[in-house]
Amino acid sequence: MDALLDLLKKNARESDATLAKLLGTTEQEVRARIAAYEQEGVIRGFQALLNTDRLDTNDVRAVIELRIRPEREGGFDRVAARIGKFPQVESMYLMSGAYDLLLFVKGASLQEVANFVSARLAPLDGVLSTATHFMLKTYKDQGVLMESEPHDDRLQVCP
Amino acid sequence: MTTDSKSAPDFVAPHVRSLPKSGIRDFFDIVAGRKDVISLGIGEPDFQTPWHIRERAIEAIERGATRYTSNLGAPELRQALAAYMRQSFQCDYDWQHEILVTVGVSEAFDLAMRAVLSPGDEVLYHEPCFVAYAPLIRMAHGVPVPVETFRKDDFRLTVAELEKKVTPRTRALLLNFPNNPTGATLDRADTEALADFAIRHNLLVISDEVYSELTYEGGRHSMAAIPRLRDRLIFLNGFSKAWSMTGFRLGYACAPAPLTDAMMKIHQFGMMCASSISQTAGLEAVRHGDAAIAEMRDSYHLRRNFVVASLNEMGLDCFMPRGAFYVFPSIQSTGLSSKEFALRLLNEYNVACVPGGAFGACGEGFLRCAYATGMEPLKEAMDRMKTFVRALAH
Repeated sequence: MDALLDLLKKNARESDATLAKLLGTTEQEVRARIAAYEQEGVIRGFQALLNTDRLDTNDVRAVIELRIRPEREGGFDRVAARIGKFPQVESMYLMSGAYDLLLFVKGASLQEVANFVSARLAPLDGVLSTATHFMLKTYKDQGVLMESEPHDDRLQVCP
Repeated sequence: MTTDSKSAPDFVAPHVRSLPKSGIRDFFDIVAGRKDVISLGIGEPDFQTPWHIRERAIEAIERGATRYTSNLGAPELRQALAAYMRQSFQCDYDWQHEILVTVGVSEAFDLAMRAVLSPGDEVLYHEPCFVAYAPLIRMAHGVPVPVETFRKDDFRLTVAELEKKVTPRTRALLLNFPNNPTGATLDRADTEALADFAIRHNLLVISDEVYSELTYEGGRHSMAAIPRLRDRLIFLNGFSKAWSMTGFRLGYACAPAPLTDAMMKIHQFGMMCASSISQTAGLEAVRHGDAAIAEMRDSYHLRRNFVVASLNEMGLDCFMPRGAFYVFPSIQSTGLSSKEFALRLLNEYNVACVPGGAFGACGEGFLRCAYATGMEPLKEAMDRMKTFVRALAH
């Protein structure tokens, strides 16, 4: 992967000036490359990575395994596109194995998520079954541990 | 009750008493205990030891692999190191007789000196350099002979400088590239010229290549890759820097059997063997650590770019080092000595760097900045240094 993308993955707020120095190039070049990635759809957005467990919110998250019937034309894509339109669905993946789609869903309460599954997802044409698992705690997300690592305990000066 | 220091007998040997304290140690005492200091004075990776390596060490303890190993080191580890040497430098070392696993490169270097030096033997070593070489040469009753390297040569060691210092008493030549504290590296022409020099004067070469894996450009040019040097080379390497395993204290030496055997004699009486747990971790590192090294190396590489660009931008001349995780900017334009600069930077801006003079007299006028530190503190440190340098100019 391009080193620029690596750096942005680690810290999307890194300034163009710092990125330019890290990569040994100019700020204009950095801006142009980011713009090109956005244009090509490689970069789909920049978001903050939150530890929601530390926020004063009652939001609940669930992981839902979905078995769906593939269509003759289009396979899983059409059903997936429909499901993806629901704002409750934060992430969705096509999987190999015992089920087809894996959904990460957010709701204001347990009830709300349960309703979403029973009233919106399960009745959809092509959905064969659902299995819902509520998430209890986030330990790691996007490669980042939610509890910080032990601080730098190296000697302050050493050979 | 206190002892009267005047009448207390002094048991310390004169050659130890006369050993100067490390200049780094001096500086450490000043920095120690101070909070909110950003330290660029740490010659140690900031990365945690890769988890798969730590996990193997834990597993070694769980299954009870906690006993002495062979004096030379665990056979599997020596076999893996022989394979590593073959793959990295196309050289063949016999794992049964030519590889010795040690407690870090420091022990390996100490063993090498004690195994080959007779009192009065001279050892050529280049400055600025790692602080342990000259004292260890002295402790082995040898005579350390510094050879200067210069900014104009990007701190590469030249044969011309060596020729000025070689005498009939010269026994060995010590090399450390990629270099601590300058980040200097050698290219192929350099290693060839140094090999010729060593052969011409019948010298043993001790090459400490502990930063070899952290080479960013220009390729790795090891003394071990020169076949005609083989019978006069002690190659030293370790796990601390490349695999971020400093606390495991694990290194190794590769040398012809008679030299390995001589070093092993001292090692077996003084040390027995390196920690068996560390050896298990080292085996995992050398077998499966390539991806972890690559990731850390990429990160150092980018940080080096950032630090060199930042230093040059603020007016501190700094060449682009190709290896290790140090940059060695000149602070001569500020008119301060390197110690004054470092002390004021520490006291007024809470940034710690090591004055170049701690690494040899010719390091005066320079500063060692280690970039083995996270990007956020690194950025902040560069900002503070810039403010300091600007303030000095007014």
